[in-house]
Amino acid sequence: MSEKTDITLTINGCAHAIKVEPRRTLADAIREDCGQTGTHIGCEHGICGACTVIVDGEPVRSCLMFAVQAAGKPIRTVEGLATGDALHAIQQAFMDHHGLQCGFCTPGFLMLAVGVLEREPDISDEELLDVLSSNLCRCTGYQNIIKAVRAAAKEMRGK
Amino acid sequence: MKAPAKYVGRSVPRLEDRPLLMGQGRFAADISFPGQWIMRVVRSPVAYGKIKSVDATAALKLPGVHAVWTATDVAHIPRIGFRLTRIAGLEPYQQPVLAKDTVRYVGEPVAVVFAADQYAAEDAADLVELKIEALRATLLVAEEPGVYEHELTTEAGVVRKGYGDVEAAFRNAHAVVSLELSVGRHSGVPLETRGAVARYDERRDVLEMHGAAKVPHWNRDEIARMLGRETNSVQLYEGHVGGGFGIRGELYPEDILVCAAALKFRKPIKWIEDRREHLIAANHSRQQDHKIRAAIDSAGRILGIEDEFFHDNGAYMRTHAATVPDLAAAMLPGPYVVPAYRATGHIRLTNKTPCGTYRAPGRYESTFVRERLLDAIAAKVDVDVVEIRRRNLIAKSAMPYALGLETLGTHIVYDSGDYALLLDKALAAADWKNLQQQLRRRRQAGEKIGAGIAMFVEKSGLGPFDTVCIEVATDGTVEVITGVASIGQGVETVIAQICADALGVDYANIRVIHGQTDRIEKGMGAFASRVTVMCGEATRLAATKLRDKALRAAAELMQTSADTLDIVNGEIIRAGGPGPSMPLGELARAFPAGLNAEGTFESAHMVYPYGVHVAVVRVDSDTGAVAIERYVIAYDIGKAVNPKLVEGQIIGGLAQGVGGALLEEFLYDENGEPLSVTFADYLMPTAREVPEVSVIVSEDAPSPLNPLGLKGAGEGGANPVGAVIASAIDDALGRPGAVTQLPISPQRLKAIMARLSSSAKAGHDRDVTPASSKASSPDAAPPP
Repeated sequence: MSEKTDITLTINGCAHAIKVEPRRTLADAIREDCGQTGTHIGCEHGICGACTVIVDGEPVRSCLMFAVQAAGKPIRTVEGLATGDALHAIQQAFMDHHGLQCGFCTPGFLMLAVGVLEREPDISDEELLDVLSSNLCRCTGYQNIIKAVRAAAKEMRGK
Repeated sequence: MKAPAKYVGRSVPRLEDRPLLMGQGRFAADISFPGQWIMRVVRSPVAYGKIKSVDATAALKLPGVHAVWTATDVAHIPRIGFRLTRIAGLEPYQQPVLAKDTVRYVGEPVAVVFAADQYAAEDAADLVELKIEALRATLLVAEEPGVYEHELTTEAGVVRKGYGDVEAAFRNAHAVVSLELSVGRHSGVPLETRGAVARYDERRDVLEMHGAAKVPHWNRDEIARMLGRETNSVQLYEGHVGGGFGIRGELYPEDILVCAAALKFRKPIKWIEDRREHLIAANHSRQQDHKIRAAIDSAGRILGIEDEFFHDNGAYMRTHAATVPDLAAAMLPGPYVVPAYRATGHIRLTNKTPCGTYRAPGRYESTFVRERLLDAIAAKVDVDVVEIRRRNLIAKSAMPYALGLETLGTHIVYDSGDYALLLDKALAAADWKNLQQQLRRRRQAGEKIGAGIAMFVEKSGLGPFDTVCIEVATDGTVEVITGVASIGQGVETVIAQICADALGVDYANIRVIHGQTDRIEKGMGAFASRVTVMCGEATRLAATKLRDKALRAAAELMQTSADTLDIVNGEIIRAGGPGPSMPLGELARAFPAGLNAEGTFESAHMVYPYGVHVAVVRVDSDTGAVAIERYVIAYDIGKAVNPKLVEGQIIGGLAQGVGGALLEEFLYDENGEPLSVTFADYLMPTAREVPEVSVIVSEDAPSPLNPLGLKGAGEGGANPVGAVIASAIDDALGRPGAVTQLPISPQRLKAIMARLSSSAKAGHDRDVTPASSKASSPDAAPPP
């Protein structure tokens, strides 16, 4: 069980050479081995979506993926959204629309939304609601998250 | 002279947001120290049983495992004490840090493993062998109390409250309406699980605990007491907190264990709970069965209410002691005139997870019960659900209104309110009259659709005090140090807004420090919707003092009188005209001991916001699912410091209320095995289940107990949701009193519908047949 494998995780363009057990989750590797603690772990069974990151262009639940499965693939996390001090449109929209309270689920929602909006910029409001219902938030009651993502979609389409 | 408010009352962006959006949050799991050990708790798999042996031999052989503790290793540590609402006789029911001879719920800590990393710790915990002889678990509170231990019974205590001549009220009643109602077991379930990191700093002889929340000062004092240390040699540090809702930040056995282990092993000890643990080990809440009856006159006016209820507190009495049942009993009368009242709350222990508070504790439960009662009274005297409430509301002219009851060490005196006006506002927003016609047409067309209404009084701003220290640094930034805590609700922004207006600075230049026991000697923390009221007023007092101090000193330096000066945007200027000016930061250099001031606000009474919820729901006859089509909330909080944040609190509360009304329940099998142990079994609302909502934040009744008129906004979104959804479902089914139990799961709703249709088939007129066995008193049935 404890035999470790050498892998490289490429997170936000930065290569991390790490040694992991085959059973180590991607979420744990990102946080513990690569020190990127912006990705949060809320349930470890793939329901809450707090650990959502983008692997190879797709939003995935990093608690359900083994680190070895992500080796060599481009991984994007919340730390890579902003450009320097300039917030990404989705981050700005969450701030403008009060789309976060405690902020624990926020990185997961941001990465979920970015992953979907980049792939489907013209997604309908109804479909977007379906997508957003795949993550859990316990503070906001979702209304402001929905508003924020819709606003960001508009902003991202305009660019 | 004083400029008009520039920040208070405005929806300015939150100061908290940027680091959280950038992935720079510092939640408990994000804190690590070099050389730390990971703690993993070995939990009882048995609901009730005698521990025969705990064998760690195999676990200790695993590579990376440093130690295993059982009860004998912590025998010197006393049990965690009560923070609130101690009533006599509860102490023997306190939870030990690790179970010694007896386990009392599935999830109870029996041993802990310390290892080099999380994976090794979990492997080792699996290898700790527990031999437990199972006994018959107690799961129901309705039975006669059984044996808890020796001479102790499972009835830990009884809460009794009341006033007036209840017997006379029932003797003179035109009619009596009786109901039996129950609320399911559910809880706050924050998205961040619990966690704590302790380390002992030998150089300073200080034990530190990181990951503190809610009540760091009380917890610090209690940890010090339990571990036999001087208070000042224990310090707690709050980082980011991933949601509180009442359950997080109470002192739990795991907090004590990491601290004790850090002292013993001289290693940083980190514990992060997993979700399954959270769902079986962190405080549950809400589970109560009520038998309530009202004496009424012929117009449906309440003459008296008597309520007897059974509060299922799980296996032990934790830090809240009798708080939840006490609040349920104390707040039950709500916004209505109840001339005589008696409540008897039995605190019963079962072999389930122990309980504590959850957002609107006791009130979610008793509002459900009271509002069900109002609906039943309406049916009894054949008036509509709005009219019955109007007839019973406390008038504005009766304010302040002394209820004649006490809770949390205070007399309940509703400080201000115009309940009828808020009812009108909510009805107007819902377009109630037209809505009724539309719904009638849709019901005639075969839809099961209906509207409900519920009213309530909340409480907030619990004292007895809060202290704030404000200091201006020489670069002009302002630091506000408080003893409150942040659980994600926006404390930093709101306190900065109040400080900014009172002092005359930009709110973005204010740093609000909270939850750090080494920065301020005393603090009350964040609970009971107290922070904006108590800390807000303490901040205003401190900032006003600081402003006077600054202006006096500046006047001397600028050779003028203080009343000719003003502070605007952090600059001391000549009021109303050009002239020399001086930045506050520069003035601070003239104060070798710091340009600072302290303010303390003391309050012996709580302040009482109040609200109205209106819901429209559609019931699916085939599946028993409930869709919320429309939702209106009107909530009067006296004065909203940041309306957008207030709305956020209200809608967030609503989502949790919807969970408790329709989805969330901790279920157990007949042996006490928990069945709701993942997010696939314990269902929380998603973006699909929470309706769009119209929120009216009303400011008609500022509190007379603080100059800004503040009342707390944290709990009114959740309080009446079970009540209003039940009322709307009744309406959709055309059967007042149909709903008697929360949550109204699809299975339960299908069972209600099946009963209704079978009783209709049996030839009974629907208007005289009780809707369910739980509401089987003939008094509850509407008149023919």
